[in-house]
Amino acid sequence: MQIFINGEAKNIEGPVDLNSLLRKLGYSGETFAVALNGEFVPRVSYLRTEIHDGDTLDVVAPVVGG
Amino acid sequence: MNEQLSLYGKTFTSRLLVGTALYPSPAVMRQSVAASGAEIITLSLRRQSPDQQQGKILWDYIRESGCQLLPNTAGCKTPREAIALAEMSREIFQTDWLKLEVIGDDYNLQPDPYGLIEAARELVGRGFKVLPYCTDDLVVCRKLLDVGCEVLMPWGAPIGTGQGLLNRYNLQTLRERLADVPLIIDAGIGAPSQAAEAMEMGFDAVLLNTAIAKAQNPALMAQSFKLAVEAGRNACVAGLMVKRQTASPSTPTLDMPFWQQVDKVPQD
Repeated sequence: MQIFINGEAKNIEGPVDLNSLLRKLGYSGETFAVALNGEFVPRVSYLRTEIHDGDTLDVVAPVVGG
Repeated sequence: MNEQLSLYGKTFTSRLLVGTALYPSPAVMRQSVAASGAEIITLSLRRQSPDQQQGKILWDYIRESGCQLLPNTAGCKTPREAIALAEMSREIFQTDWLKLEVIGDDYNLQPDPYGLIEAARELVGRGFKVLPYCTDDLVVCRKLLDVGCEVLMPWGAPIGTGQGLLNRYNLQTLRERLADVPLIIDAGIGAPSQAAEAMEMGFDAVLLNTAIAKAQNPALMAQSFKLAVEAGRNACVAGLMVKRQTASPSTPTLDMPFWQQVDKVPQD
């Protein structure tokens, strides 16, 4: 299936949950947060969040700001 | 008495809040934040790929700084975007403090008052301590207070312009009508004199970024703003004199030499 990660289209094998997907992508530690289809997904919900074809995933980390 | 700044139940000695962006290097940013004496710093979240490490490097500094973190929702144009980014900020930064931005115009980065109020209402309901970046409109500010904001951050001028306090009438009106509300002038301050002016007018604090970060010597400029904010605050507490149209001598006029009561000089 095709999903969009940080604005870029990517083909991944499904079914997959958010926790597994983030690991496969290489995200680790606690300095990132996630929104799925524009909605925040708390860390505690990664395991039970299923990824579907066409989903958009945003993974953000701290940056400087004004 | 020059009381401490009190925001959402926390007290601060410094009345200068600074941003962490636009510095020539992370090292200069750290020096400048330290020189500013700021106890509250703003920062943000952006997309990041797993191989980038900037987020962790910044996070390490943030934890060491001991400052109150004030994550922003810069760039958000709808309440939905701002709410999602706010929730992500709370999870990462472990704070419910939020500089809420909902931008309504790309050209001058003017806050969208309708989106701002809607987002503020929702976020206050979710337990956030919302510090909204807003215009200097009295009615918008009142609505933000109505939905539960305890601190307001009206602009001095559009972000990054360095124009200073563009609408003194509106700002003075805000200060007088919302006398008990902590008001922080956020954005548009370009020079320490402008920060001092805001403090002299009775504003509780000043938040700025570009004027320090883009100075030739950011750390020295940060110190200059620190001193200006302190001077302005002290002047406000001390009580400024009332302006007058006509001159009034400051040196005593009584017993001025060379002066004669001409009409009482004996006539020959």
